[in-house]
Amino acid sequence: MSVRFLLDGEVIALDEVDPTGMVLEMLRTRLRRTGTKEGCAEGDCGACTVLLGELAGEDIVWRAVNSCILFLPMLDGKALLTVESLGGDHPVQRELVAHHGSQCGFCTPGIVMALYGRAIGALGAEQSVADTLAGNLCRCTGYGPILAAAEAAGRTKRDDMELVAALKALQAPARDFRFHDRLAGHERRAFIPRSADELAALYLEHPQARLVAGATDAGLWVTKQHRVLDEVIFIGDIEDLRFIEETPEGMRIGACVRYAEAQVALARLHPALGELVRRIGGTQIRNAGTIGGNIANGSPIGDMPPALIALGAELTLRRGDTRRIMALEDFFIAYGKQDRVPGEFVESVFIPRIGEKDLVCISKLSKRFDSDISAVCGAIALRVEAGRIAQARIAFGGMAATPKRASAAEAFLIGAVFSKESMDEAATLLAADFAPLSDVRGSSAYRLTVAGNLLRRLWAESQSEVVSVLGLQHG
Amino acid sequence: MADSEIQFLNAVSRPVPHDSARAHVSGRAVYTDDMPEAVGMLHGAFGLSQEARAKILSLDLTTVRAAPGVVAVFSAADIPGRNDVSPFAGDDRLFAEGEVIYHGQAVFLVVATSVEAARRAAKLGRIEYEKLPALLSIEDTLAAGSVVEPAQSMGRGDVALALAAAPRSVKGTLEIGGQDHFYLEGQIAIATPQEEGRVHVLSSTQHPSEVQHIVARVLGLVDAEVTVEVRRMGGGFGGKETQASLFATAAALAAVRTGRQVKIRADRDDDMILTGKRHEFSATYEAGFDENGIVQAISIELASRCGCTMDLSNAINDRAMFHTDNCYFYPAVKIHSQRAKTNTVSATAFRGFGGPQGMIVAERTMDHIAHELGLDPLLVRQRNLYGPGRDVTPYAMQVTDNVAPEMIAELVESSDYEKRRAKVAEWNETHRIIKKGIALTPVKFGISFTTTHLNQGGALVNIYTDGSILLNHGGTEMGQGLMIKVAQVVADVFAVPVESVRISSTRTDKVPNTSATAASSGSDLNGMAAFNAAETIRRRLVEFAARHFGVAEADVHFTQAGVQAGTELLSFAKLCQLAYLNRVSLSSTGFYATPDIHYDRKTHTGRPFYYFAYGAAVAEVAVDTLTGEHKVLAVDILHDVGKSLNPAIDLGQVEGGFIQGMGWLTTEELVFDEKGRLLTHAPSTYKIPTASDRPARMEIKLWAPGRNVEPTIHRSKAVGEPPFMLANAVFCALTQAVSAAVSEGGFPKLDAPATPERILAAIAGLQAGNG
Repeated sequence: MSVRFLLDGEVIALDEVDPTGMVLEMLRTRLRRTGTKEGCAEGDCGACTVLLGELAGEDIVWRAVNSCILFLPMLDGKALLTVESLGGDHPVQRELVAHHGSQCGFCTPGIVMALYGRAIGALGAEQSVADTLAGNLCRCTGYGPILAAAEAAGRTKRDDMELVAALKALQAPARDFRFHDRLAGHERRAFIPRSADELAALYLEHPQARLVAGATDAGLWVTKQHRVLDEVIFIGDIEDLRFIEETPEGMRIGACVRYAEAQVALARLHPALGELVRRIGGTQIRNAGTIGGNIANGSPIGDMPPALIALGAELTLRRGDTRRIMALEDFFIAYGKQDRVPGEFVESVFIPRIGEKDLVCISKLSKRFDSDISAVCGAIALRVEAGRIAQARIAFGGMAATPKRASAAEAFLIGAVFSKESMDEAATLLAADFAPLSDVRGSSAYRLTVAGNLLRRLWAESQSEVVSVLGLQHG
Repeated sequence: MADSEIQFLNAVSRPVPHDSARAHVSGRAVYTDDMPEAVGMLHGAFGLSQEARAKILSLDLTTVRAAPGVVAVFSAADIPGRNDVSPFAGDDRLFAEGEVIYHGQAVFLVVATSVEAARRAAKLGRIEYEKLPALLSIEDTLAAGSVVEPAQSMGRGDVALALAAAPRSVKGTLEIGGQDHFYLEGQIAIATPQEEGRVHVLSSTQHPSEVQHIVARVLGLVDAEVTVEVRRMGGGFGGKETQASLFATAAALAAVRTGRQVKIRADRDDDMILTGKRHEFSATYEAGFDENGIVQAISIELASRCGCTMDLSNAINDRAMFHTDNCYFYPAVKIHSQRAKTNTVSATAFRGFGGPQGMIVAERTMDHIAHELGLDPLLVRQRNLYGPGRDVTPYAMQVTDNVAPEMIAELVESSDYEKRRAKVAEWNETHRIIKKGIALTPVKFGISFTTTHLNQGGALVNIYTDGSILLNHGGTEMGQGLMIKVAQVVADVFAVPVESVRISSTRTDKVPNTSATAASSGSDLNGMAAFNAAETIRRRLVEFAARHFGVAEADVHFTQAGVQAGTELLSFAKLCQLAYLNRVSLSSTGFYATPDIHYDRKTHTGRPFYYFAYGAAVAEVAVDTLTGEHKVLAVDILHDVGKSLNPAIDLGQVEGGFIQGMGWLTTEELVFDEKGRLLTHAPSTYKIPTASDRPARMEIKLWAPGRNVEPTIHRSKAVGEPPFMLANAVFCALTQAVSAAVSEGGFPKLDAPATPERILAAIAGLQAGNG
């Protein structure tokens, strides 16, 4: 079975592909499209940015993604654009030349594609230019000329009518790839189910398979750890896992909704949630990574879980036709261990609506504001009634082997007077619940101190003090 | 001199776009990894040491050889020549031999039929070690007496006496982190075997001549049997000055031995683990001064992490010493510099080459003095500037081109410094959690390789009979715009449009014995060498045209309309064709050696620099005292590039250099663990600035009156490195903001990089009274 996709409108069929081969390598070696560059092979620099288009009714939704960690089967049934597709005279390209936006030029094709995506209204195009480029590193220019070029390039409309027809012809039912791996010496398989039901049945049959949604982490298992994945189920395109449902009670998000797709809805739930998502990865990562993947992955430094836990989110797991619902925090048992049995997958997460008077403070602390992994990600939700704290939910990432609630601080705060003193006291109680590690992102002492200070930040914010350096003006 | 011979500059001083700009944006610019590959090309990957310091007891590579796709494996025993890839000291091994001296050192190379096969096989080596105690920190290493060379001292006067006599004094320390280059294009080389055992190497290197020498040395060839070529690099920043040799040499060895083309493209993690970085420094300073803050004596102790070999550490640490004065006059001064030989990757060249580490110590000292006296740090800086009668550096060079006072005055005005400083103070009065800081710092950076003989450049200009010009010189293009600048120079010699000058790859078989494109010297050396080559041809053409048309040489003019010979006007192409038919050579080499420089390293005195480049920057920052997070809110820069060869390219260097310097001082942190392993070896853990880190307000101006007092190419000044140090203003502004967090809290002990954690620690230190 071959991987079939459209490149500049032409159907490309790749036979005998390694299902964990990467799109970047295919472009550079098999198709000799060398404009797309490898800078890091882990989705952090954006030099390999391409646009991926998928059918949405009578339209195509484009999104910028990192081709270095994009598995080949993830191209199946989609349209692909690389820097070569633009011909060289698109306004983004002309303005980059006019503004002296390239020096060594190595990051430039990736920047061109990220900005082209913005120009044509790709996923996330409403972001600022700087947010669009959060996942594109440039070591030469200092970015100024690039930002100016992007503003000058304006918007362009694509006519995708023919492409829509061609893509429709390319759509296929569930896919099953077999690959004889000479390096590994055995056959490896990959599947693309088309519905949650198909996935449920397939996963029961192949419970040892790896589920891959956005591949923003799984991609690195291959490019960096050189792991051999014998069975992979690609779930990123399963339509009935890609929904956002808003009810008076709250919001239910399907496991395969990408960060970028959830960002606006989450911001409606609470601006701090939108701001958190804005700072997860860069555009390319937000365009690939999924809310469900961030949870199911079980990382102690994933950014969604602390926020969702503090907001009282519930997880729905599914195995075959059986579903389990649990408080999100209960899913995380220990480092690398989640409450998930073989064949069971994350189906959706439900976030209850936030009370209008609830105080919510979500903070992501990292060395760099954009596209960095948190040293500490803290989320605090308080309900204050008549000057007293009626409800308190506090959760941290980066402070323990799993995303974890601050039970002692919560217990102290519930019923306490909402005051600076109470928050100070709660801050000191974090030591009862957390003994964070020291690593490259921060020392144990720093983590404990700033985690406590996030409680103080909430207090200060409630008193209308300026509590963030972001968005400040000079002078 | 170049500026006296050409009457009209048409290309020079214009903001011509980078020659490759259109190729960059369309993806058509070809980097080493994009070159067409020969059939059967092999891919290489290194097996890396898993110990920081150990004897190699045995090296078993049978599993590696047996791995799928593997064609050959090479280790030290397979080297036909010398196992030495060092620039001069003889201590860098291609493959570890007998011992390993840093974690991640190359022990063997595997070449295989695919990148993946090579990288997987490279993990399979079985190496038995006898672990030895590794020296990891500067302090422990110096305590153990391990250095790459003896400590160096420079200065004048009886510093101890002058310090004791000074009315006031401050004393402090500053830790200064290293920095990874993070060029977007990682290290790469492709070697293609040629007949008779010769080899051609495409290398992403700033120093093709050195790669050539080293390949020849390791393979047991003569230099003439090795050709090294580089069209462009995807960034260099000093990281491809000496560090490219490892990859190029390994590829050449494997190519010659297997008879097949071999490519080694380092994975980003391997690149960061295997290759050198900016030196980490530890500094202490003691300054004696009067009530006005004017320095009377200063003693500065520098110590740096040089890593496991010499590399260029001698010159880098010297340059740190040369810049501990920055723009300031020290009547009595002692600078002492120790060079620790640690069991970490050998530190190497990086934009500024030790200068930034030296200069930040000067700025820290000024801040400390100002804090002690309760003065605006800018006032203290201004009072200490070089000036008449106070114009001799600690290395006994007279400063004759000092424009710092004028530039600072202009920047104070244009940035509205005084008013903004007052507003910052006002903000800090009324805000409890977020504190602001503002600082203005100047830069004076010495231009020339301090190793005097390196200050030479060569070029080869070929003109063809259709009038097209092919430009070659020893400089390499890493994005800095060297090629376009030199092309502009050459175009003006013949008054032709710059587009008619074709730029070619840098090759050791065209222009030999070149220096690295480094020390900001690219356009100074190669621009002048190419100018000289073009001038030679122009003179021949003038002489020929005068003879041919029977006019005086003075009546031959190269104009934009064509070549005027008396009343005859003919196109440049026509003249070239005529010259060819009349057997006039249209090809010439050109050479340039920087005049008037000398240096005696025994006494650390002389004139190591041809001239100085100047600049000044104002930075305004905000610090979150709860989290240590910070943001650079505004930056104003005034920078001196002399008479700019290309203001667009120069502005790009200024802005890019500043942001890179800001990264060094803020977000970019190298972390080694207790086993000597580098933990920050990928962009996931090593954070260079992103687009949003660029300050929202960034006003950058080239200094309009700028003109080099020395007869450099069209009176321009070097621009590659100096702007990097403009970012010192950010660090000094952060220091101010931290200081504002705790009233009456003493002078903050803020170290670099000023990560949120370090900022919070500095605030905590003030709160605890340890300022």
